[in-house]
Amino acid sequence: MNRSFAESTARARVAHLLDADSFQEILGPAERVVSPHLALLGVPSSFDDGVVIGSGTLAGQAVLIAAQEGEFMGGGVGEVHGAKLVGLFKRALRLQPAAVIVLAESGGVRLHEANAGLIAVSEVMRALLDARAHGIPVIMLIGGDNGCFGGMGLIARCADHVVMSDIGRLAMSGPEVIESSNGVEEFDSRDRALVWRTTGGKHRFLIGDCDVLVEDDVAAFRSAAIGLLGQSIPLNLATMEAEHALLSDRLTQYGDCRDALDIWRRAGVPDPALVADLEASEMQALKTRKPKELA
Amino acid sequence: MEQLHFHFVGQQTPGDFMPILVGVVGSGNLEVMLEPSADSPECRVDITTSARGFAPIWAAVLQDFHERHGLAGISISINDMGATPAVVSLRLDQAAAELSSGTGITS
Amino acid sequence: MNAPERVWNQQAQSRARRLARAVAALGNGLRGKRLAPEDVTKLLTAVLEPGDRVCLEGNNQKQADFLARALTQLDPAQVHDLHMVQSVLALPEHLDLFELGIASKLDFSFSGPQSARLAKLVSAGQIQIGAIHTYLELFSRYFVDLTPRVSLVCAQSADAHGNLYTGANTEDTPAIVEATAFKSGIVIVQVNELVDAVPRVDIPGDWVDFVILAPKPNLIEPLFTRDPAQISEIQVLMAMMAIKGIYAEYGVQRLNHGIGFDTAAIELLLPTYAESLGLKGKICKHWALNPHPALIPAIEAGWVESVHSFGSELGMENYIKARPDVFFTGADGSMRSNRALCQAAGHYACDMFIGSTLQIDLNGHSSTATLGRIAGFGGAPNMGADARGRRHATPAWLKAGAQARQGRSGVWAMPRGQKLVVQIVETFREHMQPAFVEKLDAWQLAEQAHMEIPPVMIYGDDVTHILTEEGIANLLLCRTDEEREQAIRGVAGYTPVGLARNKRMVENLRDRGVIQRAEDIGVDKRDATRSLLAARTMRDLVRASGGLYDPPKRFRNW
Repeated sequence: MNRSFAESTARARVAHLLDADSFQEILGPAERVVSPHLALLGVPSSFDDGVVIGSGTLAGQAVLIAAQEGEFMGGGVGEVHGAKLVGLFKRALRLQPAAVIVLAESGGVRLHEANAGLIAVSEVMRALLDARAHGIPVIMLIGGDNGCFGGMGLIARCADHVVMSDIGRLAMSGPEVIESSNGVEEFDSRDRALVWRTTGGKHRFLIGDCDVLVEDDVAAFRSAAIGLLGQSIPLNLATMEAEHALLSDRLTQYGDCRDALDIWRRAGVPDPALVADLEASEMQALKTRKPKELA
Repeated sequence: MEQLHFHFVGQQTPGDFMPILVGVVGSGNLEVMLEPSADSPECRVDITTSARGFAPIWAAVLQDFHERHGLAGISISINDMGATPAVVSLRLDQAAAELSSGTGITS
Repeated sequence: MNAPERVWNQQAQSRARRLARAVAALGNGLRGKRLAPEDVTKLLTAVLEPGDRVCLEGNNQKQADFLARALTQLDPAQVHDLHMVQSVLALPEHLDLFELGIASKLDFSFSGPQSARLAKLVSAGQIQIGAIHTYLELFSRYFVDLTPRVSLVCAQSADAHGNLYTGANTEDTPAIVEATAFKSGIVIVQVNELVDAVPRVDIPGDWVDFVILAPKPNLIEPLFTRDPAQISEIQVLMAMMAIKGIYAEYGVQRLNHGIGFDTAAIELLLPTYAESLGLKGKICKHWALNPHPALIPAIEAGWVESVHSFGSELGMENYIKARPDVFFTGADGSMRSNRALCQAAGHYACDMFIGSTLQIDLNGHSSTATLGRIAGFGGAPNMGADARGRRHATPAWLKAGAQARQGRSGVWAMPRGQKLVVQIVETFREHMQPAFVEKLDAWQLAEQAHMEIPPVMIYGDDVTHILTEEGIANLLLCRTDEEREQAIRGVAGYTPVGLARNKRMVENLRDRGVIQRAEDIGVDKRDATRSLLAARTMRDLVRASGGLYDPPKRFRNW
């Protein structure tokens, strides 16, 4: 039976992604480690500050997991929320799990917490890269309705692997921000087909920012995550330079394209207009990018 | 924001159990956490809500919940962001159902 | 005697004068019936006279937007005090006419998008509202005392003779054009294309005077699409109660759904929950309904025998074409809608109407009127009213009528059926506004807007059931005002109206079955989850249609 990843709460995603009954929560809601800022602003807190973290097993292998609750403050990263993520990555150094899996659904920094949120985001980045430098793979699963934007989008691309559904979106600036900064002719944020064409899982998959595209099904995300366990990509000068070359190539090849349809056409996709309605399995056939080198 | 507190005297004591959490603090929604309160025979309810001035409605909803389940030795903590009574009752009943089935924090 | 003879063809003479003025003003610009968009101002100035009654096709879905804009560009010194008669005030231009002094009087049915501005113009004295109508009522008056002198309509295409193809969005056009053309009026149409031959003739060319190829295709709004992702668990619960407590109970085979998430939930529960109750073939065969995308799974699962529609719905065109056994389609393959006839179908040939509302009072009067807005009614008063002229019997109609008459005497002793009119509403709306009130805002609105009577959408004596998340109140079984009041309070939950209930009376009503809770009907609240919906996303609807349904962009999230 299909269990929609997008519709599930963060807790439900964790419970059904990991091996049954293997999840042990760290800093669970009963410990009431809540935001020190929100009450002052007259905004209700959440007992877990909108992120569930803990340990469990995936196909029998030990993993650490974090899941952001997109419905709470848009999944925004606040001080406590960020600290939980940082703590999780630090624990990974000790536990050496087969992966740290982050179910990312966030608008980025939680603006209510201002600088505390900004600092939290940068600390998460540092902690993530630290874990990677120690050979621990970091896997991002992106499939919520709110997408993965802002500072969280940046964090996502620091990971070893990104798995998305086509409902998921990954970008830095949100659609409304682009429209208000650059005008509706540049980007009409109400043109949802355009928004998903530009930031959605399918485009990210075709252009290389997403490694695996799956159906909106928790079981599909689980399979994809299992397939990536233990696969750490080295953080060294060579891989950094390769990434830079890839980005530079991308600019050369597609820099003058006005729409994702143009990019896909130029990339050799036979029927760009039909991409939007393809299923995840049909998208595999279109992917021409070389697989990343494994550790 | 408003903080509300209620107490009820019940008969159904669940004893010790892992804390239960249902719901999410989103617009029109709430989270309800149940924890054992072995040293007290009461059912105590602590609410933090973004919607002000609805204490009589919370009282009526909780009274009806209490009449349905009669829980004792339990502490209910709620973070609410403007959920309607229908949604509040639903979450409370969902939490009580988890208590009887003993599954702990799952959704 | 020297008394002058009455002239019996004044209207025809007026028509001839106007047409002559048009010919003179347009010169070579008029080729047969066709003229260029640049000449529209000349045409309108020539054919219109101050004080004329003008029908502008502001329908529910389609809008003659080019002609609406053209009207606003006229010189009010030449064209003023027009009396506008139209179904829907949808576009800003519809109200600009009044601010510009081109129009001064208005008769209409619905003004959803313009309701706040309409209220302002009324209180500023810039509009005189004749009356607010339900659609069929307004069309009826086109044939009695509100006949248009000039009608501005829209169509998909026209041929050289002026034959019009209106296609799936035929909507109000036939009613408007018939009334106008056969009372010496003038019919002007904006079209999206000029063709050699129309795919089918929806409006005969004989009825059409002028054809303009508009610079852009006319606006069509998707008003009847509801994203299943937004249906809540509470709405699923209410839908389950509706299906088990009313549809199954009365055996409702022929019905209309007012648009909303509550009714979308019912549509999406047919192939799942209703199927599990063994109801296929026993309910929901025939519909007077716009082509709701949410009905696709039920159609695909074989529940639906026929759907006649008031208008079409953007994105549904190919699906409809592929299901001609279900929808009313022409030989060309596309749907033919007709608001006037579908409203008649909903009134006389349906056994149930179910829809939502904003406020209900203690007598069951239901209103969507809110202060500061004059929104009107649309089709609800017609659909949500007992059809007292009806004579044919069905089991549902007879059962409702028998319940209303049980134990009564005098004029009530004559056996008669009654239409089921169900109001489905959550006890609290957004921002914790109660749906149940002691006094409707409609009273205050009537005062503010100088209306003769409060604008009630569905009268309490037509409402047969009120369904909330707390249960169902069967008003057919109430015998006194007090019983009716307590039955309503009994399902009003934690609203002030609900909290003020007489507990003993409500318990008694429940014992008698006048109030039924979910458990009384055999509905388990724990089963009320979104996984019961046959489709939970727009994508699911597309898949259910085999890829035939093409949702408008605003509904995509993939």
